[in-house]
Amino acid sequence: MKLTLPRAALAAAVLPLLLWAAPAAAEPAAANTMDVKIDNFTFAPQRITVKAGTTVTWTNEDDIPHTVVANQKAFKSKVLDTDDKYTFTFTTAGTYDYFCSLHPHMTGTVVVEPATGGGAAP
Amino acid sequence: MTSSNDHGEGLSRRKVLECMTWAGTGVLWTVAGGVPKSLGLVGEANAQTAGFTFLQISDSHVGFDKPANPNALGTLEEAVNKIKAEKTKPAFLIHTGDIAHLSKPSEFDDAERVISQAKLDVHYVPGEHDVIDEDTGKLYMERFGKGTKGQGWYSFDANGVHFVGLVNVMDLKGGGMGNLGNEQLAWLENDLKGRSASTPIVLFAHIPLWVVYKEWGWGTEDGERALGMIKRFGSVTVLNGHIHQIIQKVEGNVAFHTARSTAFLQPAPGTAPSPGPLKVEDAKLRTVLGTASISVVPGNQRLAIVDTPLVG
Repeated sequence: MKLTLPRAALAAAVLPLLLWAAPAAAEPAAANTMDVKIDNFTFAPQRITVKAGTTVTWTNEDDIPHTVVANQKAFKSKVLDTDDKYTFTFTTAGTYDYFCSLHPHMTGTVVVEPATGGGAAP
Repeated sequence: MTSSNDHGEGLSRRKVLECMTWAGTGVLWTVAGGVPKSLGLVGEANAQTAGFTFLQISDSHVGFDKPANPNALGTLEEAVNKIKAEKTKPAFLIHTGDIAHLSKPSEFDDAERVISQAKLDVHYVPGEHDVIDEDTGKLYMERFGKGTKGQGWYSFDANGVHFVGLVNVMDLKGGGMGNLGNEQLAWLENDLKGRSASTPIVLFAHIPLWVVYKEWGWGTEDGERALGMIKRFGSVTVLNGHIHQIIQKVEGNVAFHTARSTAFLQPAPGTAPSPGPLKVEDAKLRTVLGTASISVVPGNQRLAIVDTPLVG
């Protein structure tokens, strides 16, 4: 993209500010969301690690309904038919084991790390 | 009834052979509920109890509409029509659960409307698909839980047979299988207490009470505790659903039977990555769906189970 001189000067001035403000890890802006796919009676990825404040979205791509239920009752979805989604925002650090209450042999884990700390890549 | 066979050992092979040698003198022996009784001279064998037949129907999944069967309500209706066309009218139906697919009121409505066309009493137990409403089973209990205990268990007697409906789809734990729970097991122990060992027992529950395939959750964590309580009885039949295929076995006096679904097929244990709905060619669908009739035959310890597909 061709910038006219004044705009280029502006970009040159602003860019260092942006680079300074951005996290050191080259993560996309959606760093506070995570997706889990439900298919073939499995949660994939089965184990995820996120920072506190992350919103996790489960999407049921299976041809049978499933649910997302925390072992220690921190969260519980309604029944999810094919293409239904469930989201939960993890605000507190900890390890959250969960399972599908229809098919309890389906299990998953969300490890939530504290939000504080440097922006080092996980 | 004598108590000589009430130690839960049943009739040994030697004893049966001994009894059989008497047949040469014209005395006919038979075994009813684990206790041998003579029926008088050959040719005069009169039934002490009348035989009767009831049906098991399971996993109707009303509301299911995926490729494996776009019309689960339709195939349920076909199953009911087939039941109505039977020459011998069964005494009642037992539905071993997963009546609905998503626990929606409309699904329960449709299922009840169609099943009532059979004009038979129906004894239900819930499957896991019947308790996924927001109140975890309140809808099921409102419709089918009258007169039941706890989360929907109960027992009743018919023609000298003791029937027990168990609920093993509540309070499931991550990584586990079906669950009966201490309260239900305590109730069961009390329910069976004092019953004669010659009383035929029929236990019915949604998930198999024995472990068919642990990797897919096809079993009940504390099922062995229930099976231990019925070991002393001379004739026990365990009827389950959940796996959408027929698996049977006999262990001593206990006969286990899982029923076909009226909605869709599931793969045999370990033959697929997961136990999801298994699509078959449309022309074959009705050969893998069906119901079962169970008959109490006078003089026979074991109940006669006959599985009938919708077609074929």
